[in-house]
Amino acid sequence: MAVPASPLTLVLGDEELLASRAVTEVLDAARSLDPDVEVRERAGAELLPGELAELLSPSLFGGPKVLVVRGGQDVRKDAAAALLASVPDLDAQASLVVTHLGGNKGRALAEGLRKAGARVMPAAKITRPRERVEFVRNEFRRLGDRPTEEVAEALLAAVGTDLRELVAACSQLVADTGGGVDAATVARYYRGRAEGSGFAVADAVMVGDVGGALEALRWALQTGVDPVPIADALADGVRSVARVAAAGRGSAHQLASGLGLPPWKIERAQRQARGWTATGLVDAMRAAEWCNGAVKGGAEDRGYALEKTVFAVAAARASGGE
Amino acid sequence: MTSPSAVFGGLVGQDEAIKTLERAVRAADAIVRGDNGTAMTHAWLFTGPPGAGRSATARAFAAALQCEQRGCGVCQACHTTLTGTHADVRFVVPDGLSIGVGEMRALVLRAASAPAQGRWQVLLVEDADRLTEAAGNALLKAVEEPPPRTVFLLCAPSAHPDDVSVTIRSRCRIVPLTQPSAEAIAAMLGAREGIDERTALWAAAAAQGHVGRARLLACDEPSRTRRAAVLAVPRGLTGVGACFDAASALIATADAEAAVLATDTDAKERAALEMALGAGGTGRGAAGAVRGAAGQLKDLERRQKLRATRVKRDSLDRALVDLAGFYRDALARALGATPDPIHVDLAEQSAQAGQHWGPESTLRRLEAVLSCRTAIDRNVKPRIAVEAMMLTLWRG
Ligand SMILES: [Zn+2]
Repeated sequence: MAVPASPLTLVLGDEELLASRAVTEVLDAARSLDPDVEVRERAGAELLPGELAELLSPSLFGGPKVLVVRGGQDVRKDAAAALLASVPDLDAQASLVVTHLGGNKGRALAEGLRKAGARVMPAAKITRPRERVEFVRNEFRRLGDRPTEEVAEALLAAVGTDLRELVAACSQLVADTGGGVDAATVARYYRGRAEGSGFAVADAVMVGDVGGALEALRWALQTGVDPVPIADALADGVRSVARVAAAGRGSAHQLASGLGLPPWKIERAQRQARGWTATGLVDAMRAAEWCNGAVKGGAEDRGYALEKTVFAVAAARASGGE
Repeated sequence: MTSPSAVFGGLVGQDEAIKTLERAVRAADAIVRGDNGTAMTHAWLFTGPPGAGRSATARAFAAALQCEQRGCGVCQACHTTLTGTHADVRFVVPDGLSIGVGEMRALVLRAASAPAQGRWQVLLVEDADRLTEAAGNALLKAVEEPPPRTVFLLCAPSAHPDDVSVTIRSRCRIVPLTQPSAEAIAAMLGAREGIDERTALWAAAAAQGHVGRARLLACDEPSRTRRAAVLAVPRGLTGVGACFDAASALIATADAEAAVLATDTDAKERAALEMALGAGGTGRGAAGAVRGAAGQLKDLERRQKLRATRVKRDSLDRALVDLAGFYRDALARALGATPDPIHVDLAEQSAQAGQHWGPESTLRRLEAVLSCRTAIDRNVKPRIAVEAMMLTLWRG
């Protein structure tokens, strides 16, 4: 993404990845104008008013300078005043980037920079699930891929919500597949990951595929996956099927808001619900609960506890709770 | 003048314990007045079921020790002790799920100093069963060789080694508190809160021996509403979907209680700490101070998070105790027994349910509630434990 040149930039928000990305974009833009640009960095808390003139003066060899102040909320009052006073002197030869968490602390500086005409680059934490999905899809788009919502949801389920992890995952998937990433790719890739592998076990056992579940479980344990998220995934598998089955007929989209589940998850649970009875689900949920306690320290052999639960859930499905 | 030891007047059904404590207060008073022939026990362990008033008794005892009139209940010393602001009385109230060693070392050190107001240094540990092992050891050292004017008051559900280490227990005088009868609680509600007899009896029975819970049920509308919602659960379990909805509702109620506390308390505590740390200062050295302050604020946030977890658990536990009461009433009727019901207002429903389900199926339900409590205690994810319970309550 090209960033237009501007001598004053305020990167505002507490998502570290987005903030450092924004700074990188600004620096890249400056370098594209003049490869000899000199970049100086200061931590906000350590910035001294007296050193600003030197930090922003033209460099020895006459190239442009960029001063990056990281942590603008920690800049002390006198240094903040000096920083604001230096704004009129900024130009193509001397530009300034300030990152700021955006909270109450040091708000005066952020407001001052904004009023002084700073270009504001937002970097706030992503908190809504919808926005996370959008972030992942955008990340794929940056890399030239066009994934469906389901792909983004599956990746979030497998990798978690850490943006750095997600960015790394997106670029690895696109690089390895050359584009066209689909949900199956994600599942294949992240079977060894904590949550992902747990879901692989749960998905298999919920359709009665004991062999597949045991294989996924062994593989997960061999690759050092923690038993706790696997146990959570088993409970989640039973819960999803039970709630979706109890919700009765209806399209995934109709049921989504009532159940608070994404449509792709509902569709999957609807497929898995075939062959289950209500009492079978009761037994399965109790087994999942036992498992949760067992992997949290109750059982000596946590792998065995998981295996036993796979059998118990499969038996609950087969017997229909008889 | 108020009678001596009026400060014990708020305790319910603990006459034996109060006699012991009053004797100790007289001995302590004699020591303060210079009588060196008297002996004083320096470490006390208050045990008893939840709600019996362990911490209230320990607080009253602390006040009586600090009071010139052996616990008048109204003087400055009594008042400040009871409200937790007395300079020589330090409370250890575990906000989180356990008490750490660092905190305990600092407290023990302070407890060793001479009392600022000339009487006693009191260290009151409200949930001694939540001490970490290292914290227990730090406390043990102090209890083994108590400074002459220091008194340690520990509270725990029981003197069992699971709750209090054998070594600490062996150094303490144990004050066993009993679960007060419903009649005693109802009488207290009438006398102290002005609650009418019918309501008082209902609240006392429903609270199952828990004095504070009875007071809330008698006086606090939100508590009554929450109880009513919990007790509507059994008849609302009409299928698998309803079970998951009921579980979500219970968890949501617990979360809401924690959230209320968070908005009420967390911000105030943070502001107070920031004030104390002088955040926002600009002078030289302020940056260094701010870095140290960041650590303290982080620590506060950590403790607030632990407290939220505990509030959620306590809220869930109250709900489970209420539910267990319902199934216990039903079981009694299923077995043909007719003891006084715990939930008088739902007696008809629990009786019908018990007769409809029969003893075995009712017992399975009661066991499901109790094992859910155990499971949460053993760190099973509360949502999973409650879901499994609801499903069992439905199927029987
Ligand atoms: Zn007094």
